[in-house]
Amino acid sequence: MKLSRSVSRPLRRAALVALSGIVLAACAPGTASTTGTADKGSGTLKVWLYDEANRAPKEKVVAAAVADFKAAHPGSDVQVGYIPTDAGPRAEKMKGAFNDPASAPDVVEFGNTDLFGYVAAGGLADLTADLSGWAEGKDLPQDLRDTATVDGKAYGLPWWIAVRSLYYRTDVFTELGLTPPTSYDGLLDAAKKVRAGKPDLLGIAVGGKYTFGALPFVWANGGDLAAQQNGVYAATVNAAGAQAGVKAYTDLFADGICPAQRCADLTGGKTVEAFASGTAGMAILPNSSRSAVDAGAVKGKYAVVPLPGVAAGSIAPAFSGGNDLGIMKSSQHRSLAVDFLTTLGGKKHQLALFDAMGTLPTLASARAEVSARDPWLKPFTDTIAAGTKFVPKHPGWAKIDAQAVVPTMLQKVITGKADVGAATAEAATAMNAALGAK
Amino acid sequence: MPGPIVLLRRRVPAPVWLLLPAALVLVPLFGYPMYQLGLLSVLDFGQPQASGGVPATLAGLANYTQLLGDRQFWDVLLQTLVFAGGCVLATLAVGGALAVLLTRAGRRSRLFLMFAALGAWAAPAMTGSTVWMFLLDTNSGLVNEILGTTGHNWMYDKWPAFVIVGAVVVWHSFPFVMITLYAGIQAIPVSVLEAAKLDGASAFATARLVLLPMLRPLLVIVVIQSVIWDFKVFTQIYVMTTGGGIAGQNLVLNVYAYQQAFASSDYSLGAAIGVLMTLILLAVTALYIRALRRSGEEL
Repeated sequence: MKLSRSVSRPLRRAALVALSGIVLAACAPGTASTTGTADKGSGTLKVWLYDEANRAPKEKVVAAAVADFKAAHPGSDVQVGYIPTDAGPRAEKMKGAFNDPASAPDVVEFGNTDLFGYVAAGGLADLTADLSGWAEGKDLPQDLRDTATVDGKAYGLPWWIAVRSLYYRTDVFTELGLTPPTSYDGLLDAAKKVRAGKPDLLGIAVGGKYTFGALPFVWANGGDLAAQQNGVYAATVNAAGAQAGVKAYTDLFADGICPAQRCADLTGGKTVEAFASGTAGMAILPNSSRSAVDAGAVKGKYAVVPLPGVAAGSIAPAFSGGNDLGIMKSSQHRSLAVDFLTTLGGKKHQLALFDAMGTLPTLASARAEVSARDPWLKPFTDTIAAGTKFVPKHPGWAKIDAQAVVPTMLQKVITGKADVGAATAEAATAMNAALGAK
Repeated sequence: MPGPIVLLRRRVPAPVWLLLPAALVLVPLFGYPMYQLGLLSVLDFGQPQASGGVPATLAGLANYTQLLGDRQFWDVLLQTLVFAGGCVLATLAVGGALAVLLTRAGRRSRLFLMFAALGAWAAPAMTGSTVWMFLLDTNSGLVNEILGTTGHNWMYDKWPAFVIVGAVVVWHSFPFVMITLYAGIQAIPVSVLEAAKLDGASAFATARLVLLPMLRPLLVIVVIQSVIWDFKVFTQIYVMTTGGGIAGQNLVLNVYAYQQAFASSDYSLGAAIGVLMTLILLAVTALYIRALRRSGEEL
C-alpha cells in the first residue's frame, strides 16, 4: 500500500494506459468456429456411445455393426469411444464436442430428452432427407419419429426405447395373499400391506429424485408438466390434474410405505438397487433394468405388470424414454456417418441389441418380433400400446433437468416444507423461466 | 521506518520496477480471466452462443437483476455465509487447539498426530467426502449400524446436514491451520516465554499477552485462507448431499452457480454469480484487513 503511494503520477498513468491496452486487445468470449459439414468418402469415423453399466454385451453388438460397415466400405475405419451416462459428465463431454469441432465425433448416441438442447446448441446435423430415403425408416412409428423432430426436421434416429412398468415380488405377494394392483388405490393398498406384513421391506421403492417415476402419476391424473399453445410452452404443473398426480406420488412417501427419511433422496437408480437387493416389495423400473435386477437377490422372484392408472384396469401413461443416434454438424464424413448410423440403427443390430441389453427396438417390425419371442416384454409393450408421453420438446428442458426443478418440487412436498399447491406453483415459475428464455 | 530508505524512495521509484515481474505474471493470469468473467456476465451467452453460431447479445445488468431478484439466491447466500463462518471458526479452534497440543505432546504422540492430520489433509476432497457419505449411508452405513439407527437419514434436515458436511470440511482443512500455527509457536524464542514466566504471568496471560500477539501475522493469513476456502466449498456439499441436499436445502453459492448456470449452459448467469462471489470475498477480506490496521497492526 505504502509503496504505491510513492509512485510518481506520470508513471502510474503510463502503467494504467499500458494495462488498459492489454485489456482492450482481449476480445469477446470464445465461440466455436462453425465449421460446415464435409463429405469425405473415406477415413476414420469417430463414434461416441453411452458407457452402459454392462458394456461388454453392447460392445459385441457394436463390433458386429462395425464389421458390417467396414465390409460395405473398404478403406474406412470406425473408432468407437464410450462416454459417461451421468447427466453432468455427459453434458460436459457433449459441450466440449460442440465447442471444439476438431475433436468432436461424427456419430453420437444421446438420450432422447437431450436432443432439443443439442439442436439449439447447433450441434446436430439435419437428417430429414437421409432418414426418409432409408428403406428401413418406413418401419419407424410416427410417435417415436416425433421425439427426435424439431420444427419439422429430424435430428436423430430413435435407436432403442425403454418404458417403465411395475416390478413386484411374486414371493412376497404370494405369502401375503396379495394380487398385483390394477388401480392406484390398489397400488397404495398393496404397498401398505407389504410393509405391514414385512416391516423390513419398503412397500414400494419410490424416490424424491426419480422424475420419470413420478411423471406417470401426473399423466394418469390428466396433468402434464407443460402444454404447448401456438408454439409456445407454458407450465401446467400447477393445474388441478398435475397437482392431483403430485399428491398421488408423494402420498407413497408415508411411513407405512416408503418412509420419507429413507426415500426422499432416492434417485431412479437407487430404486433399482433397492428392488434388486430385495429390500422393496415393488418398484417402477424400465425394461432395461432387467439385467440389473436379475443380477441381484430377487432373480426369479419377481414379475412385471403395467403401472396402473387411476381407474381400475387402466394403465398410467409412461414416459417414452430411450436413446437416439445422431450425426454431429461438424462431421467431415457425412455420407459415411449416415451409412454407419443406419447400419447400427437398422433392424439386424436393433434385434442384436435387444438380445444383449434388453432394450426395446424402435422399428415396429423388430419390436413385434421380440415381443412375440419373449412374453416377459408384454407389460412393457402393453404400456407402449396404451400411449406414452414425453417431456416438453424444448431446449429449456435441459435447464429444468439441470436445475432439478421436478425433484425439488417433489422433495418439498415429501418433507412437508411446502404443500402441493405451493410446491407446484414454485416449480411452474421455474419452468416458465426456462421455457420462455433459452 | 529508518531514514535512509525514505531517502531512497524519494529518489528512484524502484519498487515499481521491482513489482513489474509479478505484475507481468499476475495481470495475464488473474486480470484476463476476471475481465472475461466480467464481460461474460453482461452478455446473454449460453450454449447456442458458444457453439451454435448465434451471436452473443449485450444483456446489460439483466443477469445481475435476475440474480438479485431471486429469493433463492439470497437464501443461498445467507446460508453460505453462516456455513462458511461456522467452518472457519471450527477450523481455527480445532487447528489452534491441536497446535498447542503438539507443542506439549511427547515425541511419539506428536508424530502420530502429525501423520493423522497429514492423512486428512492429503485425502482428496472427493475421496474423503465419498467415504464419509458411505459411512453415513441411510440404509447400510456403518454409523447407523453402530448406533442402531438404520433408516435414519443424516442429511434429512437442513442444519444437521450442514453440521456433518461442515465437520468433513473442517477435517480436511484443520491440518493446514494446525501446522502453520505449530510452526509459529515453535518459532517464538524460548527467552520471551521465560521472561513472561519470570514476570509471574499465568499460562493464560502468557497465551493472551505474548503468544497471540506474536502469532498474529500467521493468524491473519490462516483466517483469510480459511475464509476463502470455506466460502468456496463445492466438493463436500456436492458429493455428500448429492448436489445440494433434499429440495436444495444445502445449496451453497458455488454449487448453486454450478446447478443454475453451468450445468444448464447459462454461462453468463454463472459468470454473474462468479463476479458477485469475488466481490463478496474481496469485501470480507478488505474489511478484515481494515479492522486489523485499525487495531494498529502493520500488514
